[in-house]
Amino acid sequence: MANYALKDLEYWDARIREKVQEFGLDCYPQEFELCDHNQMLGYMAYSGMPSHYPHWSYGKAYEKLKTLYDHGVSGLPYEMVINSSPALAYLMRDNTLCLQILTIAHVYGHNDFFKNNFTFRSTRAEFTISTFKSHADRVRTYIEDPSIGYEKVENVLDAAHSLSLQCRRNLAVRKLSVGEERERLAEAAVRPPDPFQKIHKRQEHGEVDLKRSPPSPEEDILLFIRDHNPFLTNWERDLLTIVHEGAQYFIPQIETKIMNEGWASFWHKRILDSLDLPQELHLEFLVRHNQVVRPIPGGLNPYHLGLRMWEDIERCGSDPTPEERERIPAGKNGRDLLFETREVDRDASFIRRWLGEWLMRDLDLIRVEPRGDDLVISDVSDEEGWRTVKELLLKSVGMGSVPVIRIEDADHGGMRTLLLSHAHDGRDLQLENAERTLAYIHRLWGRDIVLETVMNGKKATLTYGEKGFAAKAAK
Amino acid sequence: MTDAIFRPYAPSDAERSDRSAGDRARHRLKVRESIRENIADIIAEESIIGQNRDRIIKVPIRGIREYRFIYGDNTPAVGQGNGDSESGQVVGKARSQGTGEDKAGDQPGADYYETDVTLEELIDIMFEDLELPDLERKALRQIEAFRMSKRKGYRSVGIRIRLDKRRTARERARRRMAVVSHRPADRLDSPAAPEMPVTRRFPFHDDDLIYRHMTTDTRRESNAVVLCLMDTSGSMDTMKKYLARSFFFLLYQFICTKYRNVEIAFIAHHTEAKEVTEEEFFHKGESGGTFISSAYLKALDIIQARYHPSLWNIYAFHCSDGDNFDSDNPQALRAARELSDVCNLFGYGEIKPLGSRYYESSMLNIFRRLDADNFQTVLIERKEDIWPSFKAFLGKDRGAREQQS
Repeated sequence: MANYALKDLEYWDARIREKVQEFGLDCYPQEFELCDHNQMLGYMAYSGMPSHYPHWSYGKAYEKLKTLYDHGVSGLPYEMVINSSPALAYLMRDNTLCLQILTIAHVYGHNDFFKNNFTFRSTRAEFTISTFKSHADRVRTYIEDPSIGYEKVENVLDAAHSLSLQCRRNLAVRKLSVGEERERLAEAAVRPPDPFQKIHKRQEHGEVDLKRSPPSPEEDILLFIRDHNPFLTNWERDLLTIVHEGAQYFIPQIETKIMNEGWASFWHKRILDSLDLPQELHLEFLVRHNQVVRPIPGGLNPYHLGLRMWEDIERCGSDPTPEERERIPAGKNGRDLLFETREVDRDASFIRRWLGEWLMRDLDLIRVEPRGDDLVISDVSDEEGWRTVKELLLKSVGMGSVPVIRIEDADHGGMRTLLLSHAHDGRDLQLENAERTLAYIHRLWGRDIVLETVMNGKKATLTYGEKGFAAKAAK
Repeated sequence: MTDAIFRPYAPSDAERSDRSAGDRARHRLKVRESIRENIADIIAEESIIGQNRDRIIKVPIRGIREYRFIYGDNTPAVGQGNGDSESGQVVGKARSQGTGEDKAGDQPGADYYETDVTLEELIDIMFEDLELPDLERKALRQIEAFRMSKRKGYRSVGIRIRLDKRRTARERARRRMAVVSHRPADRLDSPAAPEMPVTRRFPFHDDDLIYRHMTTDTRRESNAVVLCLMDTSGSMDTMKKYLARSFFFLLYQFICTKYRNVEIAFIAHHTEAKEVTEEEFFHKGESGGTFISSAYLKALDIIQARYHPSLWNIYAFHCSDGDNFDSDNPQALRAARELSDVCNLFGYGEIKPLGSRYYESSMLNIFRRLDADNFQTVLIERKEDIWPSFKAFLGKDRGAREQQS
């Protein structure tokens, strides 16, 4: 069924590799594995990892993917890459030669991106696969331990999964230890010397509560619970660590979805255009390429948005408008800008810096909000509206889609109640999910949980305790 | 830059690498649990009642979602327009999926998601939930059923498809070992000459072949009959009939899981009773008054004629709205007592949808005087009552009780 042999792939890979070097992409060693569609579904369900711990949610993911695939609702991705060193990519055996060539080129784009982008620095690519393997082994040990067993492990994993993305977002910023944090608070509390203190009224001296735990609001919920709930057993702590570490692998990907896909599409296009493909391959390539990067009205295709933005950045370097010329450091050409940006930005900063008014208008980006039963366009990217649209886009890309929940106090009211606060930015929490997630936190923390948030413009307190869930709006 | 490594496709790996099988099984188990928790709601759904057992039905389930903190439905989103968007334009329905950001898999599914189960499976789950002890079976006259499949030992003759390859191979190995160990002996009947090296071909011999032996098996069937009695007088409206039908459906399905040979009879009555077909039973309305005793007497007649209690397990259930002529009550009570004597289980369900004239008249008070231990009255006011009352009814089964004591 396939119109190629393995050596065809190797031939094209060698040619693509020449171009990769010519264009200056900087990749980890690359491995490709050919698989059939069932294996691909299997890899997708486990985020591509060759080994992964068991949990029913992956079974559910598989069933869902398979149903969609069998009914033809969604096809399979042409490729799947694991951010590791060497990078591991799966190629679908049933794809045509053209798709394989496209995919191989695309994979090198991703490979270069995650080797060089700053958000991926915190994931140690050479250990990715072995880390997941070690997680799997540990979880299986607990499951097989007669004193623990499947159910108990599942209970903890269910709860931990619901909180896995409630963690620090910018992994490039070093996390301070509790000691350092307290020192900083103490320093901040000391008033700077005031040369006019004789004539100034003496300021009230606020005392810092250095015993407070956490010293300053904490976003890593799983880790905090792991370190501060004395009733957890060691295997429970380890499960929390495992889920946390697993999620850390995905955060850079979530944070750079648009950049990453755009970058890979930008380079696969460039590489394939320069390969002098035979005509029939080239035509098929154009069709496939356009399927991947087409705009989706009503939605936002990260491949499309990303590709357009990278193209625009290159244009800025070679042919800037007068305003852009002012903004761009002198002496940088398009290539410099591209490679610098792929290193130092993530989706939010990428969009903030590079998504200009005219591109937004050209892409016809719109802000859609629910009014009654309808979804209504509230703003379009015209002179008045583009800032509003961009503001919202900045808020919702990457980890912006995950509400920021912080632990304020682990001993609220002296009852070891966990006080959480939601950093409300105009978007309310979905109540049923909040309720269930609080139940999970309660399961891990073992005492009452209080979450302060805003609902429909009013302050609200959600609590979860022995008696279950309660929501109270402030008067 | 080092060369890329290509790992070719290995079909043998692919066949073995169904790595998600365990997690899928666990997920399905959770789906099943969730169905069980909501079984009362699910069986009250009209679409299930009266369906074929093989039919696949969609069951709404909750609770297998993965919850996280997410933003609510009223969150605005950025999307791409079709090129000429204007502010104020309506672009879709709120709460529908697929609008706005492609959020990395944290978008919740629809509130309910549906799963496919066969009715058969659903019924299994329902009756797992009941946790009743096995019912007594009266095993006197049985219909004998033949089954070909019973295995009974091995023979050296047989037909080709029953050849047991493993045993045959073992037999050959045994013979070969014997030949090798007796190499000096000059055995003329052996196909392997003594000087022949061990590695040479050593073919199968007719004596090696071993066949599985099958015998026909007669199996006894146990019989049960479900007698559905229903008041079809003018006061029984569609809603009441629907509730009754749900109950009969459950009863029939349940009996089917317990007995091999199950028959069903429908007796409709107003002032007089007659045996009818299922279609007539549920769809034909009659007008007029009610003599409950007529149905019971008719049931007794049918039992006498066709389903003798010594041969049949008899389950009778009567649905009515409790509207009986007063003069008939003593006679009905007497007939009910007789019926309880011959039945495994006899029940009376009074169907009074909420909002109907409740206290008008009720047979429940009258049947209170009937003290047979296999008789049960239930009151069904709404769909949700069906399952609990069904459980209460089955709890009275005489067979089950005798087994326990």
